[in-house]
Amino acid sequence: MSLWVDKHRPTSLSKLDFHKAQAKRLKNLVQQGDFPHLLVFGPSGAGKKTRVLCLLRELYGAGVERLRMENTSFTTPSNKKVELMIISSNYHMEVNPSDVNIYDRVVVQELLKTVAQTHQFDATGQREFKVIVVTSADQLTKDAQHALRRTMEKYMATCRLILVANSASKVIAPIRSRCLGVRVPAPTIEEIAAIVTGVGKKESTLVPPELAKRIAESSNRNLRLALLSLQAARVQQYPFTPDQSVPSQDWLTYLRETANMIVKEQSPQMLFQVRERLYELLTRGVPPGLIFKGLRVLVRNCYDAQLKMEVVERASMLDHRLQQGSKAIFHLEAFVAQFMSLYRRFMSKKIEML
Amino acid sequence: MQSFLKTGKLGPQEKPATSGSSQKKKTSVCTPWVEKYRPRTVNDVVEQGDVVEVLRQCLGGADLPNLLFYGPPGTGKTSTILAAARQLFGDIYKDRILELNASDERGIQVIRDKVKKFSQLTASSMRPDGRPCPPFKIVVLDEADSMTHAAQAALRRTMEKESKSTRFCLICNYVSRIIQPLTSRCTKFRFKALGEEKILERLQLICKEEGVNCSEEVLQLLVQTSEGDLRRAITCLQSCAKLVDKGTTVCPTDVLEVTGVVPEQWLEELVTVCRADDYARLESFVERLSCEAYAVSQLMDQLLKMIISAENISDRQKAVICEKIALCQWRVSDGASEYLELLDLGCAMAKALRS
Ligand SMILES: Nc1ncnc2c1ncn2[C@@H]1O[C@H](COP(=O)(O)OP(=O)(O)OP(=O)(O)O)[C@@H](O)[C@H]1O
Ligand SMILES: [Mg+2]
Repeated sequence: MSLWVDKHRPTSLSKLDFHKAQAKRLKNLVQQGDFPHLLVFGPSGAGKKTRVLCLLRELYGAGVERLRMENTSFTTPSNKKVELMIISSNYHMEVNPSDVNIYDRVVVQELLKTVAQTHQFDATGQREFKVIVVTSADQLTKDAQHALRRTMEKYMATCRLILVANSASKVIAPIRSRCLGVRVPAPTIEEIAAIVTGVGKKESTLVPPELAKRIAESSNRNLRLALLSLQAARVQQYPFTPDQSVPSQDWLTYLRETANMIVKEQSPQMLFQVRERLYELLTRGVPPGLIFKGLRVLVRNCYDAQLKMEVVERASMLDHRLQQGSKAIFHLEAFVAQFMSLYRRFMSKKIEML
Repeated sequence: MQSFLKTGKLGPQEKPATSGSSQKKKTSVCTPWVEKYRPRTVNDVVEQGDVVEVLRQCLGGADLPNLLFYGPPGTGKTSTILAAARQLFGDIYKDRILELNASDERGIQVIRDKVKKFSQLTASSMRPDGRPCPPFKIVVLDEADSMTHAAQAALRRTMEKESKSTRFCLICNYVSRIIQPLTSRCTKFRFKALGEEKILERLQLICKEEGVNCSEEVLQLLVQTSEGDLRRAITCLQSCAKLVDKGTTVCPTDVLEVTGVVPEQWLEELVTVCRADDYARLESFVERLSCEAYAVSQLMDQLLKMIISAENISDRQKAVICEKIALCQWRVSDGASEYLELLDLGCAMAKALRS
C-alpha cells in the first residue's frame, strides 16, 4: 500500500494547492531557462520538497522523475570511507550530506566539484546546467557550508544548487548572500483541511468537515502529518464519524505521558524512570530537538508566570548546549531535573503560604 | 552518481572538461548578473579606496605587500584580487596564481606540500611573449576563516622564506579568526559594507544595461535591505526582475518577499504581546510566527533596531532587552531551536517591560 502523502503529491507548479502566487512566480523564474542558486526554507511538512520537485519538472520535463538510487562512497583525508545514498535523474541529483555527520565537508567538496566540472552539453537543447538538491542544508557543519561558497560562484555556469532547509538562520550569511531565498510558510489550517478533504475524495473516502478540521488542527500546520493521520484514521475506522479520534504519532503520545509523570512526582526515582523513557525515544530516532520542543508542554502545567519564565529560560539554554554537545541525553535529563527542582520548590512555597 | 555524471551528455566528440573560450561564450547567455557584473579591472571596484590605490600602484610597477582582506560578504574581496591578478599577469594568469578556497583541502599537509611547492617556483619578470610582468606569484587563500589554526601556523614559515618570489593574499570575513603571526605579516585592508549611494548607482547601471524597468522606490528598498552587501542587492534585483509576470513592473512587496525582510506588523505584534504579559498568548503567537518561516536571525536584527529607537521604552529596559537579543541571536546562529529562543526572548521582554 502506498502512502497517500506520496501518491497525491502535485507534480507541476500550477497544480500546487497553496502559496499559489509564489508558485506562479517560480514558474516565471524558470520559464526564462535559468535561475540563481536557491535557498528554500520553511517548517517541516510545509511542502518545500514538493515545490522543488515541481520546479525541476517544469525545467526538465518528466525525465526528472526517472530516479536512480546509488550508494556512493567518499574517502576522507584521514582515509576513512563514508557511504552516502544519492538519488539522481539525468538532470539532477539529491543528496543529504549531513547523513555522514562531520564528514559532510568531504562530500560537499568532492561531489560538487566532480559534478560542476562535468560540463553538460545537450544536443536536444536542454539546460546547460545541472541541479544539485541539498536537503537539510541547515544541518550542514559550518565547515561544509564554507566549502560551498566559492564553488557556488566558480561553477555557476554548469551547476545550480537548491538548498532545502528548515530554518534560514542556520545557513551562514555568505551562503545566504549567494542564494535567492524562497520562503515556504506552513499552510493554514483551512488549507490543510481542504487538502485533506481533497485527498480523501481521490481515495473515495468521505471526510466529514469537522473531522478534516480536527485533523488539520492536530497536525500543527504540518501537511505531511495531517495526510498521514488521515490515512491512519481510515485504517482505524471507516466510514468516518465527525467526532472520531485523530490518531497521533506514537512518540508524541509517549512523550506526553512522560511529561505527565514529571508533573505528578518529582523525585530521583522518577527522574530515573523518565531517563529510561527519554532513552527509548532517542533510540527510536526521534530527534532530540523535537523532544525538547515537546517537553515544553511542561511549561503549561506551571501556574505561575515567574516559574514559566524560568523554565523556558532553562529549556532554551539547555537546547543550545545540546546542539553543541554530542550526547543528547545529558541535556534532556538536566532539563527534567531542573524542572523538577524548580517546580517542587514553587509548590512547597505555595503550600506554606496556604 | 556515475550515471548522473555520464549522462552529462559529454559525448565522445566533445571536448574534455577543461573550459575553453568557446564554452564561455555559450554560457554567457545565462550568466547571472552577479557574475556578469563582477569587476574585471581594479578600477571597476566600487568603494574600497585604500586597496584600490595600493593595487593601482602595483599595476604601475610598485611592489606588492602580502595582503589580508577582511569584511562582510559581497563587498568585493574575492573580485578585487582576481581582477588585479588578471591585470598583472594577463594570459599567464593561470601559472602565477594559486587559488585555494574553503572547498579545497587545506590541511597542514596541503600547506606543506602544495603551497610550498608553488611558492618555490621561480617567476621571471617577463611573459613568454616578451612583455614585462611582476616577478612574483600570488597565493590566494580565500575564505581563510575556515582554515584550522594548525594549518595557518604551517603557513608562517613558507610566507617568510619565499617572500622574494611569492605574495600571499588572505581573504576572510572575520579577521579575528586569523592567527596573529599571520596578520602581522600582512597589510590589512578592511572592506567596508558598501555605501547606499554606491549600491544605488551600481543597480541603476545594471538596470540600464539589462533593460529592467524599476522605480526609484524599488531600488531604494533594495539598497536598504541589502545592508551594504552588493552581491545580495544584485541577486535580489535579478530575482525581482525575473519573478514578476512579463510586462509588469517590480513593486515594493516583491522586494520584501525576495529579500526575506520580516514585515513590520509582526514585530509590532510581538511587542504588544510581550506587553500583555500573558504566557499563553505569547506561546501561541510564537507558534504562529514560526509557521511563517521568517529567518529568526533577521527578525532579531530588525527587532534590535526597533527597540533601540523606541520612545516608550526606558534606557534600562532597552539594555536588558538588547542583551537578551544578543544572547538569543548567538544561540540561534549556533544551531539552537529558533522556536525556544524566540519564546525565551519573549518571556524576557515581557519581564523587562513589566516594570
Ligand atoms: N566593491 C565592489 N565593486 C563592484 N562589485 C562588487 C563589489 N563588491 C561586490 N560586488 C559584486 O558582488 C559580487 C560578489 O563579490 P565578491 O565575490 O568579491 O564578494 P566577497 O567579498 O568575496 O564575498 P564573500 O565574503 O561572501 O566571499 C561580485 O560579483 C560583484 O558583482
Ligand atoms: Mg569571496
